[in-house]
Amino acid sequence: MATVLVDTKHVAMADLKGKVDPDWCPGCGDFGVLAAVQKALVDLQIPNHNVVTISGIGCSSNFPGYINTYGMHTLHGRALAIATGVKLANHELTVLVTGGDGDGFGIGGNHFVHSMRRNVDLLYIVMDNQIYGLTTGQTSPTSRMGMKTKSMPFGNIEAPVNPISLALAAGATFIARGFSGEQKQLTDLIKQGIQHKGFSFLDVFSPCVTYNHDNTYQWFRPRLKKLEDDPAHDPTDWMAAMRKSLLWGDEIPIGKFFERTDVPPLHGAEPVLNAGPLLHADTRIPPDVTHSFVEELM
Amino acid sequence: MKQTFTIGIGGAAGQGVATPGDIFAKIFSRRGLHLNAYNAYQSIIRGGHTFLTIRTGPERVSNMGDRVDLLIPLNQDAMNRHLGLLTDGAACIYNADTITPGVPAKGALLCPLPVSKLADISRNKVAQNTLAVGAGLSMMGIGFQSVEEVLTEQFKKKGDAVVSENVGIARAGYDYATAHFEPFPWPLPMTNNRYAVLSGNIAMAMGGAAAGVKFYCAYPMSPSTGVLHWMAAHARKAGIMVRQVEDEIGVVNMAIGAAHAGVRSMCATSGGGFALMTEGLGLSAMMETPVVVIDCQRAGPSTGVPTKTEQGDLWQILGAAFGDYPRVIAAPLDIGDCFKIIPEIFNIADRFQCPGIVLCDLLLSEGRLSVDPKDLDFAPVVDRGELITSVPSTSGSSGDGVYKRYKITESGISPRAVPGVPGYAHTAASDEHDEDGVLISDEFTNPTKRRNMMEKRMRKVTGIEAAVPPPVLSGSRDADITLIGWGSTKGVIEEACEILTEQGIPANHLQIRWLVPLHGDAILNILKDTRHTIIVENNYSGQFARYLRSETSYVPNGYIRKYDGEPFMPHHIVEAVKEQLGGKSRLSVPAHEILV
Repeated sequence: MATVLVDTKHVAMADLKGKVDPDWCPGCGDFGVLAAVQKALVDLQIPNHNVVTISGIGCSSNFPGYINTYGMHTLHGRALAIATGVKLANHELTVLVTGGDGDGFGIGGNHFVHSMRRNVDLLYIVMDNQIYGLTTGQTSPTSRMGMKTKSMPFGNIEAPVNPISLALAAGATFIARGFSGEQKQLTDLIKQGIQHKGFSFLDVFSPCVTYNHDNTYQWFRPRLKKLEDDPAHDPTDWMAAMRKSLLWGDEIPIGKFFERTDVPPLHGAEPVLNAGPLLHADTRIPPDVTHSFVEELM
Repeated sequence: MKQTFTIGIGGAAGQGVATPGDIFAKIFSRRGLHLNAYNAYQSIIRGGHTFLTIRTGPERVSNMGDRVDLLIPLNQDAMNRHLGLLTDGAACIYNADTITPGVPAKGALLCPLPVSKLADISRNKVAQNTLAVGAGLSMMGIGFQSVEEVLTEQFKKKGDAVVSENVGIARAGYDYATAHFEPFPWPLPMTNNRYAVLSGNIAMAMGGAAAGVKFYCAYPMSPSTGVLHWMAAHARKAGIMVRQVEDEIGVVNMAIGAAHAGVRSMCATSGGGFALMTEGLGLSAMMETPVVVIDCQRAGPSTGVPTKTEQGDLWQILGAAFGDYPRVIAAPLDIGDCFKIIPEIFNIADRFQCPGIVLCDLLLSEGRLSVDPKDLDFAPVVDRGELITSVPSTSGSSGDGVYKRYKITESGISPRAVPGVPGYAHTAASDEHDEDGVLISDEFTNPTKRRNMMEKRMRKVTGIEAAVPPPVLSGSRDADITLIGWGSTKGVIEEACEILTEQGIPANHLQIRWLVPLHGDAILNILKDTRHTIIVENNYSGQFARYLRSETSYVPNGYIRKYDGEPFMPHHIVEAVKEQLGGKSRLSVPAHEILV
């Protein structure tokens, strides 16, 4: 993501504290994601007024209220569509989109796919807890087969979506997976995602301590293997990333799966934005141009 | 009665109905004549039947009229369907090689063209169309020079050979008609005026450009797609970001995102797409982010009749999105008004930070009208309302710690800071929130705060009512009949009133442009002096009549409704009024006589 540093004022953690404290359950994975995002913005020294944090609806979508940036807490599943509009109207803003797996892969699945193929320049962080939390525990698009929930009490008979494979297929240009229990790596992935010029997708395992008793911190820890620890992993190799994305079970990779930098972001591909953000564009179209619009019709 | 001349061209889709239509339209508008064009067509790319009517005259023409003066059937089907429309003094030009004429009414003239003798049809598949254009223009008394000029322009992209071939064919048709056919008794006049010919979709798109729209997005849906096409083609010249989005849910939310970041943002769709957008309208209202959405109505419900017109979306629009919220809804009255209404509704949406909805329909969206270029004002008043796009230099301080996005004010309007302004960071939320944007539902549910915020938003309604003018009665106050309509029916009702008045039934007319706010008291004040009122609308259940009654308790004397997909013609209304005055019925549903 392109960032314009206009302020010389130092950005500190305290500047990014929201007006209210999170109402997440004690132990919720989302606390770790919030801390990592704040740390990343401090490390990158991005002033809070140049950041817009946009979410849909769900536990994790309450995120914008807990961080002191410009925020939008919008409709269930629609955050990416709204974020695309924000970015195209003012591409100097750093746009963060935050939400959950139900919001992003369920009700928002269409926008997820299309935002990636458009290569909208933003960082999309999904706090993936494999369950619907705010509606008190129903099956989500990433719930494993067989998982018992209030909506599927006899076990899930549908296969889950694989967000990393889907992102690769849809053309996202930065694809990573983090774990809210791995702060250092998570912060680093967020920083990379913000700095990447294009669609950055970061799927974060963010355990739900209240409703998901299958995918707990204890379940994840022994299984997670960092991609950066594998000397053979080449994040520019799409096919290798696709193969890695299919790993699930005893070994689940976390880290950066894939990045390519040769695709221009959406706002960079449209000459209308060459003169700068639309927000600052002149409202009036020059008279010779409007005259030509009418002449065409005569 | 005003003098007009109407051409009807019928054929299958793909047979080239549009090109002769464009040529006639150009020749008329360059003679300084007004025109109105309406194309009855089907959702098919090749085949089916389309029937284009172009009505022209020296005075303003506002609808397709009641009469066809010149019929050009391009195939047998069109001949069979439409010959019966011709009355005394009308003519039918057709290809005598391929089409067998029926028996015309007394006084209507058959003009067969020996097409294969006049043109090389092996080389030019649409030679019959061009011959008919030439023949028709000769009979209308139009000099060949203007025909040549327009044909040259029409075909210049295809090279000199194509131009000279088509000019040659048109000349052959022109000369043949001069030698063999009786000219029309009323040669088309000429004036010194010059008009632009545009569709409602082009008008709304240009109106958006004039209003300073910087972001437009859409999903293709008939009959709104013309807005997208104009925007896409002119985006780079006009400095507008135009996007085609995956669905209408994405459309409205993307538009709201751009609006939230501070630019004027617009989108258009039809009823089905609008249904998908409704949750987004509530978001616009709750976050107090202004956005303008156009609904070009087509015949519903569901996929309905995609290529036919109706005024059937009113209650969908009135009920769009759950909860109570301030909004404005306007229905443009004609194609020129499609242009004007956009800057007007943007000013209101921006000032009151609420959604603005334009309720258009296929008749205006895809119809064509001659408009005086002076009426296309690309420098209208632009009022962005209380918008903060940079740190105010006068205050000398930033908003840090004091700025409240949803500050409770007497007007209900709270100054709106856009992202990027230092010191004004806040969260805008779809959840109910407090003055500073903090979610009430997540802090704790607070009935007092909820009530205060609800009242703050709804107080904007008073301001909106003051900003929107009430409707006015047109025509003499002293009339036996008052016709009430809304939106696109203005032109045809106006003409019906003229005809009725000429026939000894004085009629006047109340046309509603702003549906919300409706100004019910002003309407009642107008209607209390009337003798016999009839509400005219293009739907089954009388959606506007029901709305007017719900807002004012007003019940008219009668209703004229049409829901067959085709627009009203003046005689439909005139005859229905007479029927109702005779006490035969309170509800008239005129039958559409043209078989399309």
